Amino acid sequence: MSLQEMDWHPVILSLRVAIIATIAVTCLGVPLTRLMARKEFYGKDILEAAITLPMVLPPSVVGYGLLLLIGKNGLLGKALAGMGLTLVFTWWAAVIASTVVAFPLMYQSAKAAFKSVDVNYEKAARTLGASEVRIFFTVTLPLAWPGILAGLVLTFARALGEFGATLMVAGNIPGQTQTIPTAIYFAVESGKNVMARTLVAIITVFSFIVIFWVNRWAKKQTY
Amino acid sequence: MLEASLHKKLWHFTLDVQLKVADQILILLGPSGSGKTTILHLLAGLFKPDEGFIKLNDRVLYSSGEKINSPPQARNVGYLFQNYALFPHMTVRQNVFYGLKGKRRKKDGSTVDPVELLNSFGVGHLIDRYPGQLSGGEKQRVALARALVVEPELLLLDEPFSALDKNTRTGLMQEVKKLHEQWQIPFILVTHAEEDAQYLGDITITLETRLTGESAPKVVSM
Repeated sequence: MSLQEMDWHPVILSLRVAIIATIAVTCLGVPLTRLMARKEFYGKDILEAAITLPMVLPPSVVGYGLLLLIGKNGLLGKALAGMGLTLVFTWWAAVIASTVVAFPLMYQSAKAAFKSVDVNYEKAARTLGASEVRIFFTVTLPLAWPGILAGLVLTFARALGEFGATLMVAGNIPGQTQTIPTAIYFAVESGKNVMARTLVAIITVFSFIVIFWVNRWAKKQTY
Repeated sequence: MLEASLHKKLWHFTLDVQLKVADQILILLGPSGSGKTTILHLLAGLFKPDEGFIKLNDRVLYSSGEKINSPPQARNVGYLFQNYALFPHMTVRQNVFYGLKGKRRKKDGSTVDPVELLNSFGVGHLIDRYPGQLSGGEKQRVALARALVVEPELLLLDEPFSALDKNTRTGLMQEVKKLHEQWQIPFILVTHAEEDAQYLGDITITLETRLTGESAPKVVSM
């Protein structure tokens, strides 16, 4: 098999899914983590456990849970079907699966990152008259950034490698919902060893480069 | 003129302080754990007292009776933190200009020039450095400049000399005294060293650690 014959669809789809999931996790996760770190409220521990759960549960359990939610007869799925929208077995379902599974990684990293920021910097900014929003964007976020970036990389890597939950909610439709991990599984199943090896090599080298580069960058960012 | 009556229950004792300071240097002397930093935090609005009031020149900053509690941003109180709390990801210039953003200018349009202030403290040449590249004494001066740029009506200094070697310490103590003569605002300085109190203080309050019971009210007048 030459590079011309190679089916690039799983690679492109995996990247697209991982990038969108990472953006979603970051936009939802960072503000939520910040709020959780600051506010004490009833049921916080329960919410925190629920957020972390997808990290330890088997992906098939997460996938089944998502089917109950967005499946054709699911809670959300029915409502969406009423509007003529279907999520299951589309690549958007893969995005949702990756987002849910990778979310705890961002939550844990961002939590540790915010915790590591000395509160005296925020206090100093307050006595200098800066609004809370300005303090977040000029003091807290830049100082927590190396940790958040680490969370971003973990999220991206996890989203790129998501297999179990993705298979259950998005299936393995070549050219439509087939990502690198599902493509590898079915290539091995059907004896297409060259295809499997090529995809394994691509995802391994790519993941290695991303993690290596970010670690190098984070090393330079410590104050 | 600062007038305050502060009552705050802490986990190991109850803080009860009465303060009345004109444009003087008030020293809060006491061992660690005696509530010195807490008093500064209460005055700056970083902690909330349980009861009492804080009045700075004619402004009520806090009053439990009238349910007033203005946020630290609106108090115009300068605070020099124990480890200076200079923003490590910003240059000296960005640090001292930080408080000027969005601050309304005085009626005559004059503001303190941060660059001039740095020059007068002898650290003007360090303007493009990061805090990590400064010595303790230099950090101290930059932090002072940053706190004064916003033209506070009260300056709080938390253990300003504790991290410095002896020579730097003596020099800076003289500078703080001179600074106070120039600015003519109340300074409240927290320390555990009696020599600081003797050299700088117009008034000194000694706080004691109390493991149980209530601390006696400390009454101070001018």
